[in-house]
Amino acid sequence: MAIYNLQVNTKKHRVDVDTDTPLLWVIRDEIGYKGTKFGCGLGLCGACTVLLNGQAIRSCSTPVSSLKAGDKVLTIEGLSADVTHPVQKAWIEAQVPQCGYCQSGQVLAAAALLATNSNPSDAEIDMAMAGNICRCGTYQKMREAVHSAAKNLQTKKS
Amino acid sequence: MKKIKETTRRDFIKLSAQATAFLAIGFSSKASNELVKLANKTALGIELNPYILINELGKVTLFNARPDMGQGTFQALPLLIAEELEVRLDQVDIQMSDGSGKFGSQLSGGSSSVKTRWIPMRTAGAAAKEMLVQTAANRWNVSVSDCYAKEGAVYKKGSSVKLGYGDLVEEASKLPVPAQPRLKAHSEFTQIGKSIPRPDVPSKVDGTAVFGMDVQVPGMLYASLVHSPTIYGKVKSFSAEKSMAVKGVRFVVKTERNFYHGPFPTDAFKAKAKTEAVAVVADSYWAALKGKKLVEVNWSTEGAETTSTDEFFLRANEAAKKEGAEYKDAKVGDVSKAFAISEKLIQAQYQTPFLAHAAMEPVNATVYVQDDSVEVWAPVQGPDALVEELATYLGIKKEKVKINVTFLGGAFGRKAYYDFVLEAAHISKQVNAPVKLIWTREEDMQQGPYRPGMISAMKGGLDEKGNILGFEHKLVGASIMTSVFKFDMTGKSDPWAGEGINLEDSPYAFPSRRNSFEYVAPNLPMLWWRSVYASTNLFGHESFVDELAHAAKKDPLDVRMSLLEKSPRFIAVLKKLAQISNYRAKRAKGLGIGIAIARSFSSIAAHAFEVEKNGKGIRMKEVFSVIDCGTPVNPANIIAQVQSNIVYGLTATIKNEIRVVKGQVQNSNFNDYPVLRQGEIPKMTVHVMESTDVPGGVGEPGLPPVAPALCNAIFNLTGTRIRTLPFDLEQIG
Repeated sequence: MAIYNLQVNTKKHRVDVDTDTPLLWVIRDEIGYKGTKFGCGLGLCGACTVLLNGQAIRSCSTPVSSLKAGDKVLTIEGLSADVTHPVQKAWIEAQVPQCGYCQSGQVLAAAALLATNSNPSDAEIDMAMAGNICRCGTYQKMREAVHSAAKNLQTKKS
Repeated sequence: MKKIKETTRRDFIKLSAQATAFLAIGFSSKASNELVKLANKTALGIELNPYILINELGKVTLFNARPDMGQGTFQALPLLIAEELEVRLDQVDIQMSDGSGKFGSQLSGGSSSVKTRWIPMRTAGAAAKEMLVQTAANRWNVSVSDCYAKEGAVYKKGSSVKLGYGDLVEEASKLPVPAQPRLKAHSEFTQIGKSIPRPDVPSKVDGTAVFGMDVQVPGMLYASLVHSPTIYGKVKSFSAEKSMAVKGVRFVVKTERNFYHGPFPTDAFKAKAKTEAVAVVADSYWAALKGKKLVEVNWSTEGAETTSTDEFFLRANEAAKKEGAEYKDAKVGDVSKAFAISEKLIQAQYQTPFLAHAAMEPVNATVYVQDDSVEVWAPVQGPDALVEELATYLGIKKEKVKINVTFLGGAFGRKAYYDFVLEAAHISKQVNAPVKLIWTREEDMQQGPYRPGMISAMKGGLDEKGNILGFEHKLVGASIMTSVFKFDMTGKSDPWAGEGINLEDSPYAFPSRRNSFEYVAPNLPMLWWRSVYASTNLFGHESFVDELAHAAKKDPLDVRMSLLEKSPRFIAVLKKLAQISNYRAKRAKGLGIGIAIARSFSSIAAHAFEVEKNGKGIRMKEVFSVIDCGTPVNPANIIAQVQSNIVYGLTATIKNEIRVVKGQVQNSNFNDYPVLRQGEIPKMTVHVMESTDVPGGVGEPGLPPVAPALCNAIFNLTGTRIRTLPFDLEQIG
C-alpha cells in the first residue's frame, strides 16, 4: 500500500492503495467517480477512458503508481459543471447514447481530439476514436456529433 | 424514491387494467403462448397499472416497467402514458418498476415493450385523465365536455380558468376508474410520432446515469469468481491460502452457478443444472481480482474434453442429411412432388456461429441476502422473473424479494438470464454482507450462454421458365428451448426456432414449401441473442432466395416483388428500398448491390448494401434501410435502433465467432473476439415508413436482413457466394 495525492478534476484526492491498482478502480471505488467504466480490463474497449494531462488514456491499464506529481486527471464528471461542454451539447443534440455505458469514454475521446484538432476530418475522427468500442453501434451519430461540436467551437471563436 | 412512497397512499390513482401480463420474451406470439404454458415464469393475472403518481404540487411520476438497455423504453413507455394523460414528457419524473407483481410482465425482450404496452399504457394515461377532468367538471359544476386537459392541468373551455392536476388528484382518486376510457386518434397525438429527446441522455454524457456496475451499498464487499475453464466443471478441491494473503481479501468460498432449477425431465438435464465456482470476496474489486488469480482450484471437468465447436458442426452437417421434424403450420403443398418435377434442383447449406453477447457492461449484480429477504441492485432485463427465481432459489416469499433495476449497459438478451444474480445471492448468504459480483470480460465471453450455432440446409426447385416450384428450409442445430426451459427437442420441431421463416414472417408465395428442425446437442449453454433465431435463420433464407433468382436468371428484387405480391406492406418496403438505394440504376464497374428483407417481431426491415472492390477484398460503401414498424412512436429512436442493428449484425457477419476446443472457449476479450469499431462502418441511411398500424418491434427487426443483404451484394459484385459466417471482408473477391 502507498499513499498518493491525485489531482482528479478540480480536487486533490489522497488515497491509500496498492501500487499496482489501476487508476480506474482508484477513480471509481476510492474517489467515487462512477462515470468512468470497467469494460475489458486490458485497454481494448475504451470504456475506462479518462484524460491525463489532456491525453485520452485507458485508466484500466494505467497503474496508479505510474502517475507523476503534477499530473492532472480529468474524468467525465470534470468535463463541465453543467453538461455544457461543446461535445456534451452536441451529443445531447444528436441523441447519441443508447445504453450509454461507453459514452463517458467516447465523450472524453472526442473532447481530447477537438482540443488539438478543431476541425477533424472523418478519417481523423475514426482514428482518434477507434479505441472506443460501442456495442450499440452509435458510431455514425458520434461522428456527426463531433463535426457539429467542431462547428460550434469555431463559431464561438470567430 | 422514498418521498414518493410516503405520499403514495394519498396520491395514488388506482387504475384498472386489461390483464395483458404475459411472458413476453416470446418471439412470434405463438411461441410466446407456448412459453407461457411451458415456462410459467411470469404470473398471469390482473394488473393494477400502478404506473402514475401525482402529488399535491402536480408533480407527475410515471413508472417504466421495461428495463432500458439502450433500446429506449425509458422514454417510450412513459411517453405512451404521457400522451393520453396530457402531460409533456419533460414535465414528469420517470422511475423503474421493481419486479413486484402489480406491474405485470416487466421483461424487456422480444422487441415487445411498445408492441404489447401500446394499448395498456395509453389506457392507463387516458383513464387517469378522465378522472382528473371529471373532478374539475364537478368542481366547476359544468359538463366534462366543457373541459379539456393540457400539459398537466384541466381547463374550462372558452376561459383561462384552470386547475392543476395537483389540485385535483386527491378527489380524482376516489372516483370509479373508467374501464374503457377514450383513446386518442392518431391525428390527435402531440408527442407520439415526434422525435422527442430521451430524458436519460444527459445523464449518459455526464457520467451520472447509474448502471449496475455503479451501485454502492453501505457495507458492500466485492466479489470476483474463478469459474471452471470448461463451463460445466465442478470444484474437486481448492486452496485459498495465497489468495487470503492479499490485503483486502476477506473470504474465499465455494459457490455455485445455476443454469436451471428442477424438476428435471432427465438425468442429463440434472447433470448440467449446476456448476461450481470459487468466489473471492474483498474490500475492493482490485483486491478480489488479485485474489482470484491466486486461488488454486482442482477442477472436475469430466465429459468436457470432447466438446468442440468444430465437432458440433460436423455432427450438424451429418444431421442436415436427415428429414428434420416438420413445422406443420409452415407447410404448403408437397415439396417432394415439386422437386420431382423440377427442371433444376438447387441445394445449399449456410452456417452461423455460436456468439457471445459481449455487452459493454460485463454482467454484474449487487445482492444482499438477510434471513428471509433479499435485495438486489442489478442490470436485469426482467425484474419480475428474477423475483420468482430468487424466491424459489432462496426458499423465501416473493414479497421478500426487492429488485432495484438500474440502467443496463447493453444486454442483447444476456441480462434476461439471471445466473449471475443467483451467484451473487449465494455468495452474499455465505459472507452475510451485501456483495457486488462483477464478471470479468473474459468470463463474459468464456462462460456463455451463447447464441445457438446453426445450419440452414436449403433446397429449391425451378421449372424450365425459372419459376420456383418448391422451397425447403431445414434448421439444424441447438435449441434455446432445451437449454433454458429443459424441453428435449430431439425429433421435434422447436416451436421457437422457426421464427423469421414461418408463413407470417416470410409470406413468399412458393407453390410448395417445407420448414423443419433437427436438434443437435451443443453441450454448451444456449440463450436468446438479439433477434434470436431470426438472426441465424434469415441468413440462409434470404441468401437462398437470391441464389434461386440468379439460377433463374432473374433480378433478385423482381423475384421478391413477384413472390410477395399479396403482401402489400412488404411490397411497399421493397419499393421504398429500391427508390432510396437507387437499386435500378446501372452501377459503375467495381460496384455491387444486394438486398434482403425480413419480418421479425412484427416489423418488416430491409437493407440494400452497396459494396465496392478494395484491393483483395470488399469495402462496404453504403447501406440503405427501410423499416415498417407500424406507428412510429419515436422516429429518431427507430433510426438509431436500425443503425444499432446494422452495426451489431455486421459484427456478427464479419467479425465474431465463439470457438470451443476440448470444452474450453478459445476467445477471451476484444482482441480475439473483435467487434466493429469507429471507421469500420458503412454510411447508413434509414427510412421509417409512415403508418397508423399497431406498433411492432424496433430493437431487433433491423438485424436479420443484415448478413444476407451484404452477402447478396458481394455475390452481385464478385460472383462469390458466402455461406459461412463470419467471413473476412478483406479476403473476399
